[in-house]
Amino acid sequence: MTTNLETAAQPQGLRRVAIDPVSRVEGHGKVTILLDAQQRVQQVRLHIVEFRGFEKFIEGRPYWEVPVMVQRLCGICPVSHHLAASKALDRVVGADPVTPSATKIRRLMHYGQVMQSHALHFFHLSSPDLLFGFDSELNRRNIVGVAAAHPDIAKKGVMLRKFGQEVIRATAGKRVHGTGSVPGGMNKHVSAADRELLLREVQQMIAWSQDAVGIAKTLHAQNPALYDRFGAMRSHMLSLVRADGALELYDGVIRARDADGALLFDGASDQGYLDLIEEEVRPWSYMKFPFLKSLGAQHGWYRVGPLARVQNCDFIPSPLAEGERREFVDWGRGQPLHGSLAYHWARMIELLHCMEVIAGLLEDPDILAGELMARGERRRGGIGVIEAPRGTLIHHYEVGDDDLVTRCNLIVSTTHNNQAMNEAVRSVAREYLDGRELTEGLLNHVEVAIRAYDPCLSCATHALGRMPLELTLLDAAGAVLDRVQKSAAGGFRHLEPASEAGP
Amino acid sequence: MTRPLLVLGWGNRSRGDDALGPLCVERLRDALPQRDDIDFLDDYQLMVEHVLDLHGRARVLLVDASLGCAPPFETLQLRAAADGSLSSHALSPQALLQVYRELHDEEPPPCTLLAIRGERFDLGAPPSPAALAHLEAGLPWALGWLQRARAAVAAGPLSAGAR
Repeated sequence: MTTNLETAAQPQGLRRVAIDPVSRVEGHGKVTILLDAQQRVQQVRLHIVEFRGFEKFIEGRPYWEVPVMVQRLCGICPVSHHLAASKALDRVVGADPVTPSATKIRRLMHYGQVMQSHALHFFHLSSPDLLFGFDSELNRRNIVGVAAAHPDIAKKGVMLRKFGQEVIRATAGKRVHGTGSVPGGMNKHVSAADRELLLREVQQMIAWSQDAVGIAKTLHAQNPALYDRFGAMRSHMLSLVRADGALELYDGVIRARDADGALLFDGASDQGYLDLIEEEVRPWSYMKFPFLKSLGAQHGWYRVGPLARVQNCDFIPSPLAEGERREFVDWGRGQPLHGSLAYHWARMIELLHCMEVIAGLLEDPDILAGELMARGERRRGGIGVIEAPRGTLIHHYEVGDDDLVTRCNLIVSTTHNNQAMNEAVRSVAREYLDGRELTEGLLNHVEVAIRAYDPCLSCATHALGRMPLELTLLDAAGAVLDRVQKSAAGGFRHLEPASEAGP
Repeated sequence: MTRPLLVLGWGNRSRGDDALGPLCVERLRDALPQRDDIDFLDDYQLMVEHVLDLHGRARVLLVDASLGCAPPFETLQLRAAADGSLSSHALSPQALLQVYRELHDEEPPPCTLLAIRGERFDLGAPPSPAALAHLEAGLPWALGWLQRARAAVAAGPLSAGAR
């Protein structure tokens, strides 16, 4: 569990390579690699600009605005923030539990959200690497290339994502930034017309989800050496599970396992997350490094997200996905899978599970009628924990008597995976880059490892002309030897050398 | 039935000038209350599933904030292009059209991009005065585009109309 390559013993005289920013992830991430004269990797770091300032953005606002406002954290998982905030603020208004109808509509919204996010990630962000190869022709390695070579796969991805968004629209009111969930419950039912519309497509979506699991499984079977080893590291795993140990994405208790799959703790209330998790600050990254308090900063880091969830649970409470989980577990021959690419397989098992859950909830009459709001004794604060597409998401608020938020703390999935992503990048650098001349294809290996975690690095703007990738080579004195930029359109060009700031 | 014209703007209203796309859509929607031939959509980011929103349209106007265009705004008749722009949350309008071409096995409808110059994209900041002025400058152009596009649609499929 210990790390190396985080800090070079003698950084003086090493050559620095920066991948800045990492492409096909959200926000601004930067990888720096220090190489010695023999091209041996001496230090690797993934630096991330987190959601800096968002907590301050929330503080001072009326609490009832928060579930809508926090959706602006992220364009890809706004529902997760919407619901995590709602769950936290349910406690502020004393609505615990919320009504059965509200719970089921929220669950429907959440599973629709996870489904569409997983579909987008697998079909459109990772499939170019997985289908064409990590160092295949750059101009082909994108969604357009997939659409040209595998139009059926690209189309299924689009249609699955569209279906998930329609589920969100039917429950939240809008495809993005809906207002359906409020502190204390929901403000609308699902309409009968929307339910009929969705039910018409459910079986097709389940079939396509099964196909997606099949693709992920086949990729592992075709190249087990790559898929089992790439970006592999032994780690603890943390997630919510249902009280009976089932996979659960909306509400549950916290469970953690060690690298061998043994329970570290189980059944912990999400309201006590501060007793379980602490965050460490390191001077070279804006993003904190969470760890399990009981194990300390050095040994207590862990992974969250699909790989953790599918292996943390005892079973998946839907038959098709449970069958796939068993095959996944069998692949490990009694040991947890630790390869970063296994995230994709686990993600597709969750995609299938989400569709099964959605199918069940659409048949439930409680989503069409029933009490939507609950109230109780007013409290000064609340904690909401949910399993977002990328992993465990924690929202924690304190609210004054004037109804204004006085304190806000968010721990997002990508933060939980900070150490794991660094370890994955180091593993790949050690295996693929060490002692070799760097090429775009080799550097893409580093990005493939990061993308497996589907990081949402920040809610960066996406204005036209942004999101380049820049590679800078420096000599030992810090002078720029060469700069190469990959534009937002994917093309490469050499830039005039310019001065470069430090690490 | 799908309306023949679509105005699609995108951006994050909580990040300063990134709000220009949705703000422009909002202003156009308010300016054209009688609009049974136009759909107005705003979204957080341009994403691959928007190929489905483009399907069946006669003309499309896309609106986004831009750091790269000259102030106050630039317009561009878009062509499909196979670029590598897709991130976890967005892709370029050109790539969207290329995906459309591959998925639907047909040419996308004529799409025009209105890129409005933005200056500041800070979290929690309102749109800057300069960006709002750029928006004001772009609105008459957008209304003119819509007027020409509606006329072209009304005149039938052979009309070149707004491009």
